[in-house]
Amino acid sequence: MDRRKSIKALLIGGVSASVIIEACNTDEKKAEVPKAADAALPYTLNRTKEEQAYERELLSKIFFTPHEMATITILGDIIIPKDEISGSASDAKVPDFIEFIVKDMPEHQTPMRGGLRWLDMQCLTRFEKAFTDCSHEQQMQIVDDIAYPVTKDAKGNITSKRKIKPGYEQGIAFFSLIRNLTASGFYTTEMGGKDVGYIGNVPNQWNGVPADVLKQYNMAYTEKELKECVSFDKV
Amino acid sequence: MGDIQVKKQPKQYDAIIVGSGAGGGMAAYVLAHAGLKVCLIEAGPMFDPKTDSNQLKNPWESPRRGASTKYRPFGDFDGCYWGWEIDGEPYTHVGDTKWEWWRARMLGGRTNHWGRISLRFGPKDFKRKSIDGLGDDWPIGYDDMKPYYDKIDKMLGVFGTNEGLPNDPDGFFLPPPKPRLHELFIKKAATGIGIPVIPARLSILTKQINQERGQCFFCAQCGRSCKVYGDFSASSCLVIPALKTGNIDLVTNAMAREVLTNKEGLATGVSYVNKEDMQEYQVFGRTVVLGASACESARLLMNSKSPQHPNGLANSSDIVGKYLHDSTGADMGGIIPELFDRKRYNEDGVGGMHVYTPWWLDNKKLDFPRGYHIEYGGGFGQPSYGFNWGIEKMQEMFKIKGQQKEPGGYGSTLKEDFRYFFGSHVGMAGRGEAIARKDSYCEIDPEVVDKYGIPVLRFNTSYTSYEINQAKHMKETFKEILHAMGATVTWGGDDGPHNNYGLHAPGNIIHEAGTVRMGNDPKTSPLNKYSQAHDCKNVFCVDGGPFVSQADKNITWTILALSMRTSEYIVDEMKKRNI
Repeated sequence: MDRRKSIKALLIGGVSASVIIEACNTDEKKAEVPKAADAALPYTLNRTKEEQAYERELLSKIFFTPHEMATITILGDIIIPKDEISGSASDAKVPDFIEFIVKDMPEHQTPMRGGLRWLDMQCLTRFEKAFTDCSHEQQMQIVDDIAYPVTKDAKGNITSKRKIKPGYEQGIAFFSLIRNLTASGFYTTEMGGKDVGYIGNVPNQWNGVPADVLKQYNMAYTEKELKECVSFDKV
Repeated sequence: MGDIQVKKQPKQYDAIIVGSGAGGGMAAYVLAHAGLKVCLIEAGPMFDPKTDSNQLKNPWESPRRGASTKYRPFGDFDGCYWGWEIDGEPYTHVGDTKWEWWRARMLGGRTNHWGRISLRFGPKDFKRKSIDGLGDDWPIGYDDMKPYYDKIDKMLGVFGTNEGLPNDPDGFFLPPPKPRLHELFIKKAATGIGIPVIPARLSILTKQINQERGQCFFCAQCGRSCKVYGDFSASSCLVIPALKTGNIDLVTNAMAREVLTNKEGLATGVSYVNKEDMQEYQVFGRTVVLGASACESARLLMNSKSPQHPNGLANSSDIVGKYLHDSTGADMGGIIPELFDRKRYNEDGVGGMHVYTPWWLDNKKLDFPRGYHIEYGGGFGQPSYGFNWGIEKMQEMFKIKGQQKEPGGYGSTLKEDFRYFFGSHVGMAGRGEAIARKDSYCEIDPEVVDKYGIPVLRFNTSYTSYEINQAKHMKETFKEILHAMGATVTWGGDDGPHNNYGLHAPGNIIHEAGTVRMGNDPKTSPLNKYSQAHDCKNVFCVDGGPFVSQADKNITWTILALSMRTSEYIVDEMKKRNI
C-alpha cells in the first residue's frame, strides 16, 4: 500500500489509540524506510544529473510516520479549510508536499517531528488521547492556544501588544511553522493559485495597467510613455 | 582509473576558447563567423533554452515549489546550473573574508538566468581616477567602446529609451514595456523627491529582430531562460548560432586545468579533464581565449606555471587575481497599503523591472565615491515556496478591511488575509560601484585542490568605508522613496552600523570583475588595451577579468562589447600574421 493510500485509509477508518503507542515507539531512523528506487522521476522539470540523483535519494525515503501524517493532515485542514472559493489543504495534497519538503530541507525535520510530539503530549495531558483521537472541540481548544504568535522585529524585540499563554511558546512556534508550510504548499497548487488570484504564467501581451485600475488609483501614463512604450492592439 | 594518460587531440585550432558565457560565447561567435577553427571548452553540460528551459512550468511541477537548492540557488525553475557551491570544487577564504563565488556550469554560463539589465558604461566610467583619484583609469574610453555597444544593441536587442543622460549613454533601443502599477507608484513618489525613474534597459525582445529569435511574450520568467530566445543568453544568441557555422568543436563537461606554453613562452593550447571519463586531454591552437569568468580565468592563469612563466601565465606583474571587486548591494522592501485587495489581472510583464533609477547625484557632496542605480520589484508574483511566510507580521502591522486581527490564526479568515495582501509588495535594490583595490584579491590556495586535483582559489577581500557609506545612502534613499509612496517598510529597515547597513557580502551580487585587468603598463596590468596578455601575445581574456573598474552598471553588456572588440582584434592580428 503506498503512503497516500495508507493515510487515506487511516483517515477513513479513524485513528485508534494504538497509533499513539506506535508513534511513541517510532524513532527517526526507523521511519525512513527505503522504497524501491524509481526508474523515472515523476517530474517534468529540466534536471541535471546531480539533481536527478538527489531527487531519487529524497524519494527513496519516507520521513513522517502514518500517525504524524494523519496529524499533519488534520492541522493542515484547520489552517486551510474548504470555503466558498477553494478546497482544503488536503484537497490540494499539502501533506504530501510537507512530507517532501522536510526531506529536502532537513532543518524542518526536528521542529516538525518535535512539534507534533509536543502537540500529542499536550493532548495526552489534557485529554488523555493523541491529537488525532481528540474530538474536534478538543483539537480546537489546543489549536487556539498555539495559533496566535507574538511578532518580533529583526532584533528579537516583541512587537505585539498581546501576550501568549505561558508554557505554550514551543507549541506556538510549531504551529507557525506548519502554517507557513501549509500556505507554501497550498498557494503553489493550481487550486491555491486560483484562490489567491494569480493570473499569469501564460503567453500574453503586456499593454499596461488596465484603464479602470489606473483610474482607481488616480494614475495615468505620460504622453512620453504612451509614445515610447510597446503597445499591442486589443485582443 | 589505473592507467592515467594524457590524450592529445591531433587537430590544430586557430583559437581555443575556455568558457561559453557572455565573453567566451561572443568570442566563439565572432571567430567562427570569421572562418576561424575554434575549440570551445565548457565545464558544464550542453544547454539549449529551446528544449531545456523550465519556462511556463507551474509552481506545483516543482516538488519543492520553486524553493532553492544548492544545485539551483535561485530556485528550482532557475536557468542556471550550480551557484555558490559545487560538489567537489571548493574555494577558501583568508581571515574573515566573506567572498561568495557564483559559478555556473553549463553552455551559456550564468547568462541563462541573468537579469538582462544591459547598461552601457558612460564616458566617466572609464576615467574615474581622473575624477576622484581612486583606482585607475581604463586604457580605453567610451569612444573606443561605442561602436561595439552600438553593434551589440542591434545584434542582440535591448529595450530602453534615449534620455540624453551624460553618463548613461543613448543606444539603439527597442520600445520598453509600460510600467506596472507599483512602478507607477514608485515613479510618482521618487520623481516627486528628485530621484529620476526612467524605462529600464533590458536585453529582451519587445519586437522581433530576426528570424532566429522570437518576440517576448511577457511571462516574467527570463531567469529560467527563454524557449523562443526572446531574451539574450549566450547559449541561445551566440554559441548555438555559432555552432551552425561548422567552425566550432564544442567540448562540454571539460574542466580546464592549465594553459600550455612552449619554450618561447607562447601559448600552445589548453589541458583539461573530461568530467565524464575523468581522462586528461590536451587541445592545441594558435591562440587561447579565456572566458571562464573573472575568477576562473585568473585561477587558470595562476595555475599555468612554466619555466617561462614561473609566477603563472600573464602574471609577471603579479597582478592576476588582484583588484577583484563586485557591485555593492543593499535592499529594502515594503507594503503599499493602498494596493490591498486590488483588482486581479495579469501583470507578469517582462522578466524584470520595467523602470529603474540611474545614478543621479554628485559625489562631491557625498561621503562616498561612485554611484549606484536602483532596481525595482513588486506586484503579483507567481506564488512559490515561502509565499506569505510569517503572515502574522503583516496582520500585526496592517488592518484587514478596517479590522485589526489577531496575528496568526487559521481557517477561512486566514485565507481571506492571504487574498487581501496579495500583490501589495514593493522592493528595491541598490547596485553600486565598489572601488577596485590591489589589496582585495583572490590567489591560489597553497594547500587545497578540487576533486580534479586543480589548486583552488582563496579569497582575501574587504570593504572600506566607501562601500559601507554607499550602502547607508542606499538605505536612506529607499526609506525616502517608500515613505513618499505611502508604503510601510517590512524588511531591510533594521540595518545599520552593526551590519554595514545591510551591504551584501562581496561576490553576492555576481558581478565579479577586475582580476586580469587591462592597462598600458605591463608592470601594473596583465593585459593590454585589447585584453591581450602583455607577457604572452596569443593569450586573451574576454570575461569580467579585464575590467579596470565596473561602474554601477551591470557588466554583461560591457563584457560582450569588450569581447567583440578583442575578437575582431584577434581576427585582424591573425590576418596580419602578428599572432
